Amino acid sequence: MNIIITIAVSALVVLYAGLFKAKKALLPLTILGLLVALGFAASAWGTNATYFGMMQMDNFALAFSSITIIGTLFIFLLTQNYFAKDSENVAEYFTLILFALTGMIIMVSYQNMAMLFVGLEIMSVSLYILAGIRKLNFASNEASLKYFLMGAFSTGFLLFGIALIYGATGSFDITVIQQNLVNNVKSVSPLFYPGIILMMIGLCFKVGAAPFHFWTPDVYEGSPSLITAFMSTVVKTAGFAAFLRLFAGAFEPLHDFWMPALMVIVIITLCVGNITALYQKNFKRMLAYSSISHAGYLLFSLVVLTANSASNVLVYAAAYTFASIIAFAILILVKQKTGSDSIESFNGLGKRNPLAAFSLTVAMLSLAGIPLTAGFIGKYLMFLNVMENYQTALVVIAILNALVGFYYYFKVIIAVWFKDGEEVELNTPMQYKLVLVLSVIVTLLLGVYPSIILNLI
Amino acid sequence: MELLLLIFLPLAGAIVTSFIKGGSAKVSALLFSLLSLCVTIGMLTQFKPDASTQFALNYTWIPQLGINFNVGVDGISMITVILTNVLMPLIILASFKHDYKNSNAFYALILFMQTGLILVFVALDAFLFYIGWEAALIPVYFICAMWGGKDRIKVNMKFFVYTIAGSLFMLLGIIYLYLQNPSNNFDINAFYALKLDSYHQGWVFWAFFIAFAIKMPIFPFHTWQPDTYTEAPTTGTMLLSGIMLKMGIYGVVRWLLPIVPQGVNDWACLALILSVIGIVYASIIAFKQKNAKRLVAYSSIGHVGLIAAGIFTLTTQGLQGTMVQMLSHGVNVIGLFFVLDIISSQLKTNKIEELGGLAKVAPQLAITFLIIVLGTVALPGTNGFVGEFLLLYSVYTHNIWMGAIAGLTIIFGAVYMLRMYQRVMLGTTNELTLTFTDIKGTEKIVLYTICVLIVVMGVYPKPILHLSEASVQQLLDQVNQKLTGVN
Repeated sequence: MNIIITIAVSALVVLYAGLFKAKKALLPLTILGLLVALGFAASAWGTNATYFGMMQMDNFALAFSSITIIGTLFIFLLTQNYFAKDSENVAEYFTLILFALTGMIIMVSYQNMAMLFVGLEIMSVSLYILAGIRKLNFASNEASLKYFLMGAFSTGFLLFGIALIYGATGSFDITVIQQNLVNNVKSVSPLFYPGIILMMIGLCFKVGAAPFHFWTPDVYEGSPSLITAFMSTVVKTAGFAAFLRLFAGAFEPLHDFWMPALMVIVIITLCVGNITALYQKNFKRMLAYSSISHAGYLLFSLVVLTANSASNVLVYAAAYTFASIIAFAILILVKQKTGSDSIESFNGLGKRNPLAAFSLTVAMLSLAGIPLTAGFIGKYLMFLNVMENYQTALVVIAILNALVGFYYYFKVIIAVWFKDGEEVELNTPMQYKLVLVLSVIVTLLLGVYPSIILNLI
Repeated sequence: MELLLLIFLPLAGAIVTSFIKGGSAKVSALLFSLLSLCVTIGMLTQFKPDASTQFALNYTWIPQLGINFNVGVDGISMITVILTNVLMPLIILASFKHDYKNSNAFYALILFMQTGLILVFVALDAFLFYIGWEAALIPVYFICAMWGGKDRIKVNMKFFVYTIAGSLFMLLGIIYLYLQNPSNNFDINAFYALKLDSYHQGWVFWAFFIAFAIKMPIFPFHTWQPDTYTEAPTTGTMLLSGIMLKMGIYGVVRWLLPIVPQGVNDWACLALILSVIGIVYASIIAFKQKNAKRLVAYSSIGHVGLIAAGIFTLTTQGLQGTMVQMLSHGVNVIGLFFVLDIISSQLKTNKIEELGGLAKVAPQLAITFLIIVLGTVALPGTNGFVGEFLLLYSVYTHNIWMGAIAGLTIIFGAVYMLRMYQRVMLGTTNELTLTFTDIKGTEKIVLYTICVLIVVMGVYPKPILHLSEASVQQLLDQVNQKLTGVN
């Protein structure tokens, strides 16, 4: 609870700071707020507090809260001079991101499905505005509208699902729902089945799993890069945590029913994400499709539910978040210099910018899943989990997809190191350097010594 | 303790070297590789050539996943460790004359690769083995794609996707074995003790075999090899052909034979046939090559085919031949590629028809080249002879016809190698080759060392055979025991 209050309050403080033109104070205030929230998360570890039956701050919630807060912190560090050129009122960007984060904390810690809905809406509404925040930019407007329409649509599905489940059990509480299922294994209310499927569709929309992914590439491409980074890393992680809380918790007794549906979704997601990413010439679009494919890998943990599912998602999400933040940070730097976000504009980057090129290489290796990076451990855990349950065919599909992944991630590495291009020298601000170095260290550390995060929850 | 040095010294070297600007990077790399060599020699003096695992270390690494840092050396590993650490200084020295751009990155990658290679050869934990396997691949990919020839990007992408595809299937096999293992770890001895039925052994066999077959490469998984060897910078070619392909061979011996003997037994016939086809096919194609570098690349497929055939006979001679031939092939092939590199860096060509009469202008090169070629074609008294003899003998006792076919191609091999030598070194000089100057400096050191190794190993191969004999015998006993147990 302290976490939510801290973040919400700092959002308001930042808004007022903006009102009184205290531009210099915005970033320090935000970072202070986030660090305090992170401190609360750490100090609440293991306490497992419940708030009014609506939220449950268990280790699962705290771990995912921490990772979303850290991710957001990194995003904020990248804001230097980024929003300032769009608008006079930078404070509103800060506030909206913080509100979105508040929604996400609720999403990862809800105990009551009403809170899931509230959290999701707080987050989504902030994101609709953030996607369209470049008021005069056509693509940004398109992204916002698309995101809003699709988002509203999927929220409808989710709500309908919640209503049906409520009809079946008379409760929004996920523990009660689970208990209801366990008690009536033989005579499960028929309302459950459409309810679960509708909620699954709603959540798949939010995490961008195929075939509900069509909004992703356009929205990701049209939004300002930093917002895209935020959406594809932090938001996605929170979405998965919400997904996991519901399906690994409340609906776990009906796993046999919804697993086949989800398995089909996973296979489509992997194939669509990877194969389409292969043909992208635009780096941002490629990352969008790659984020779809990573959603596929993440969903493995739901297809095969084990005691480690949550922990595996945490590791994978951490690996994916830090690697993506590097990729987007460098995309922003390159675009500032060359004005283009095609993969070609990365040509010859390695000659003049060793730090940027090295970090991008580590990020791509991690996303591709090469050993000694965090991404490998994430993928390994997923494969292990699936193999454990004798779904070998699924692992083979995943492996073939991973191969396709190598191909397009290495396209970037090839552009950076092996192709000749204009030798631009990026001006990398100090904060960018900090984010790059920290993300690389985390990526390599998790790859070499993952024990620190494994079995945390 | 020695093993930690062996593994992490090159890594430390890589880090140090990457910060050294300019020409001293290569000196630093050479120094670190020589240090590794010294450690190896030190280990060799303490090594007892029995079947035991020595210098063993076992630390917990990722306890939640049952992964340990479990390393050790027996006779078989010792051979490959010697191979790596003897060839590394030679390879680094051989690249001294080139002025590579960003040479610090270049040499750091070589040393980084050495760490991966050593890990592969000493790992007693399947996960660690896999990590080493990939850690050796990434640097060599960068070396070849960054400093290679015109087509380097496309060619190396093929190489990379090929090998990584193989290793992902191997990972699948490793995970499968891990899940079967009641003690929930990746320990090699626990894997040895597994009792799988013959159906599952078949699957595991293929999961591993494809990875190893691509790496070696065995026909029909070889298509990446000639292009990659030709396009890579010579240093990359040497690393690939001299050391890296031995990872595949070592993998078969260490991980395939003892873990799934029944699977090997069921499929050995097919593997043997593929290997023999590879020998014949590669020899025929080598015969037609116009580019000397490509010719050597194909001849390498032929030699590796013979090694693979020898392994799958599952005889002491076959495996002992493999051990010697791994060393000999490594020494010979880097010698060949180095000579061709000396020629092409002066004359800018490796086309056989454009060369000729080099012996007149470069007598020292001619003599060293001749010794290397003779070693490659397995003339008695050279290092190639010992290994090829044992290998051929094993194939022959396994199946006379296969032995005969493999034997014929050895003769073929002699023909195309000598013909290449004749057309490049002998005959009349032309305008181009007249400008050639003889070897000097570091080139001399490298080539003389290689020639000495060729002759010494050929005349007195006993220490090498002795080194691995007990381990090989134990491994075969293990295999046979398991085979009779299963039946």
